[in-house]
Amino acid sequence: MSSEPILQVTNVKKAFGGLQALNDVSFDVKEAEVFGIIGPNGSGKTTLINCITGFIKMDSGRVSFRGRDISRQAPHKIAAMGVTRTFQIMRPYYTLPAYKNLIVPLFSPRARKGGGWRGGGKLGDRDTVCIDILEEIGFERDSFVPYKLASTLPTGYLKRLEIARCLALRPEIILCDEVFSGLSMSEIASMVPLIERLQMEGITLVMIEHRLRELFRVATRVMVLNFGEKLAEGIPEEVMADEEVKRAYLGSEEV
Amino acid sequence: MIEERRKERLDRGIKVRTEGIYAISSWEEMGYLLLPRLALICGMLAIPLVIPSLYWQRVISIVCIYSLLALGFDFLAHFLGLVSLGGAFFIGTGGYIAAILNTSLGLPPVLTLPVATIGGGAICTLLLYPCLPLRGVYFAIVTLMYPLVLARIIEALDIMGGTEGILGVASFPNRWIEQYGILVIVIVSLFGLRRLVNEDIGLVFRGVKDNDQAVKASALSINFYKSIAVFIASALGCLGGAYLAHIYMWSGISQFALDFSIIPIAATVIGGGGTLVGPILGCFILVPISELLRAFGTLRIVFYSLILVAFIVFRSEGIMVYAQRKYHQFERWVKV
Amino acid sequence: MDILIYGIINSISLALIAIGFALVYGISRLANFAHGALYVVTGFIVWSILNILQINYILSIVLSLIIIGIIGAAIYQFILIRVRGMAISEIIASYAIGLAMLEGLRWGGFKGMTYTLPVFIEGSIEISGIPVDFQRILVVLIGVLVVFLLWLFTHYNRIGLALRGMAQDERAAMMLGIDSDRMALVAMALGSLLAGLAAVLLLPMGNIVVEAGYNKLIMAIAVCIVGGLGSWVGAVLAAFLIGFAQIITVKYIASHFHMVVALLAIIITLIFRPSGLFGRQKELEERV
Repeated sequence: MSSEPILQVTNVKKAFGGLQALNDVSFDVKEAEVFGIIGPNGSGKTTLINCITGFIKMDSGRVSFRGRDISRQAPHKIAAMGVTRTFQIMRPYYTLPAYKNLIVPLFSPRARKGGGWRGGGKLGDRDTVCIDILEEIGFERDSFVPYKLASTLPTGYLKRLEIARCLALRPEIILCDEVFSGLSMSEIASMVPLIERLQMEGITLVMIEHRLRELFRVATRVMVLNFGEKLAEGIPEEVMADEEVKRAYLGSEEV
Repeated sequence: MIEERRKERLDRGIKVRTEGIYAISSWEEMGYLLLPRLALICGMLAIPLVIPSLYWQRVISIVCIYSLLALGFDFLAHFLGLVSLGGAFFIGTGGYIAAILNTSLGLPPVLTLPVATIGGGAICTLLLYPCLPLRGVYFAIVTLMYPLVLARIIEALDIMGGTEGILGVASFPNRWIEQYGILVIVIVSLFGLRRLVNEDIGLVFRGVKDNDQAVKASALSINFYKSIAVFIASALGCLGGAYLAHIYMWSGISQFALDFSIIPIAATVIGGGGTLVGPILGCFILVPISELLRAFGTLRIVFYSLILVAFIVFRSEGIMVYAQRKYHQFERWVKV
Repeated sequence: MDILIYGIINSISLALIAIGFALVYGISRLANFAHGALYVVTGFIVWSILNILQINYILSIVLSLIIIGIIGAAIYQFILIRVRGMAISEIIASYAIGLAMLEGLRWGGFKGMTYTLPVFIEGSIEISGIPVDFQRILVVLIGVLVVFLLWLFTHYNRIGLALRGMAQDERAAMMLGIDSDRMALVAMALGSLLAGLAAVLLLPMGNIVVEAGYNKLIMAIAVCIVGGLGSWVGAVLAAFLIGFAQIITVKYIASHFHMVVALLAIIITLIFRPSGLFGRQKELEERV
């Protein structure tokens, strides 16, 4: 693994009308690390992901992936390069069974070019590959769960489905928008091994989270955003000891 | 204590038994699946033999041409969310291309039809491309606008025959070819489209309609897939237009007429949107009625429009949707 | 010089036609494809009241405007309200109604004769050596007045402000107690009224033909798209843009080209700047 950062975000600015959602945000993500982005509500975290992955055009700034400038690319092209994302408001295909949800990403040129899922072999039967991917992320293979309609799945499975959608693209980076939110303690406990395994396979993870304790278990470094500005960056202990960060989360006594 | 009951709908046993590989496990199951399809195909192929008069045989050919338009409309509207208000655009384009190829270059129908289909489809897709990234209402506006504007441009600039149109287009060598040709084309298109929407690419189309953000995040270009769908629908329409030019041996501005825009929509709504076979049924109902009402002039269009509005407003599901529901499911009252 | 004068006249005419459509779309996101039909129907109503009922011209106009406003409201209340929110059905329904009205007129016996409405004031004057009818001057004056009155209405009248609120953010307006359906009803009535007003002003300069229904609809749509669907200021500005473009083309190229200009305007706008000049909405499929 090289020491070059895999993702470089430089001086990103985005305003919606009068509201400055992102103000000069810059950070680097190293390959195969788990990079957390935290901050109080409304700090611009989802906007940041949208700008990085091309769903929203930023006003100024630069995003580069492995040295390539992806600042103004269309979202599907960015995903095709391996920079994938999950959605905070989950968007499965509700009327389809869970495994069919993965057919669309497997249809993409990137998945088809790879010639096989995580290994050799031509991509033959997409349905089987879907079931395989689902098994990788924790759907029990021989149960009926992969065949249930997406509209009937509980939140934990839907979150995994979101990640599965990214995995189908053989990603290099997954930007996770609050995958732990809405999950119970046991569900999160079962997600953590998945995240660790993804990291071991060399996938870089950028995780936006509210649940700090669970995040700090997996994250190598975190960054704090507040009102669209970066407050701190570093390993979790240092960041949480920072005075400004504490003030942002807990408020200050000064009026 | 008042006992409350509600209606419950369940798939019929035989429908469940015919899912997947079990469909070939017995004659009963195969019959359940094949019977409607065979009835449709045999019925359609038998029509030219059964209808006596030449006039009505031609009407059936016209029905088939409208069916192609209606298929395209249903495909775009219910599988991609794009409402095409101007079927006349496709008919006109196909018709003019075929007529020009035939009169200027002397190509026989067997060549003009494919060229008009593919070429016409390409031209229409190109002209519709600017509004594909945008919301559905723009597509409706642009498809509404093209036939009206093109008709006026041709009239004003007096090109391509102006108001008289292009005359002297060759007709088919044989009456039977003329009738069976279009019937076979319609059957092939219907089953072809059905296959297409059930394939994986059909899921992508449905994703484009319901959940375009997820499709974009899955590294697929929305514009590309919308273009493919528009190409298919416009190619079908252009094929119909080219065929029409050869049937009437003429191609002119009236090919951009409103009939071609409103009847496919009415047929789809009446016949059942989303089923792909409903629109064809709707055409078989509406077009003969339209012929019978020809004496009333444009009152026919008022008539379809009002029926269309009635169907939409009362949220009627359409004939085929109702029929399919009855065929596949049964209802019963259940205690709440 | 004549370009300037004819340009202004043409632009204000376009603005008058388009503002009704822009209003309805801006407030309730309903693309009223029956707009052109309402335009022509008003003309026929005025003609009928004037010639069949033999009522005074001004009174006929006022009556017709009231009638068309009611018709527009009825269309919303009985038909469109049931399909609100279902984009496909909304489009098909308003298109079908417009079609029914126009083709009904075409069949209904209004043919064979040319139908005209009398101009308000006969005669013309010369401005810088170019003859201009009084009717056309009246169109410009009333057009400007209408735009000004609309501005006043939506900025100072309670209902007008409610309409503006709906146009900016429907949900927020509903949270403030503004009834979305009632406002949409008012919008449709107002939009139909404006279509009728445009008809009353513009039809005396020509014949009343059913074809005008489709032509005016296309013009209204072209102006609204170029100006940005939903922006009233944009519509007025776009009307000037297209209006002058048409006059210049007619003068220097050929006289049949108004349609082509409209078509090109739409296509160019959609390719290069889909949201139009002042479009405030997300035209692209951007909802994250």
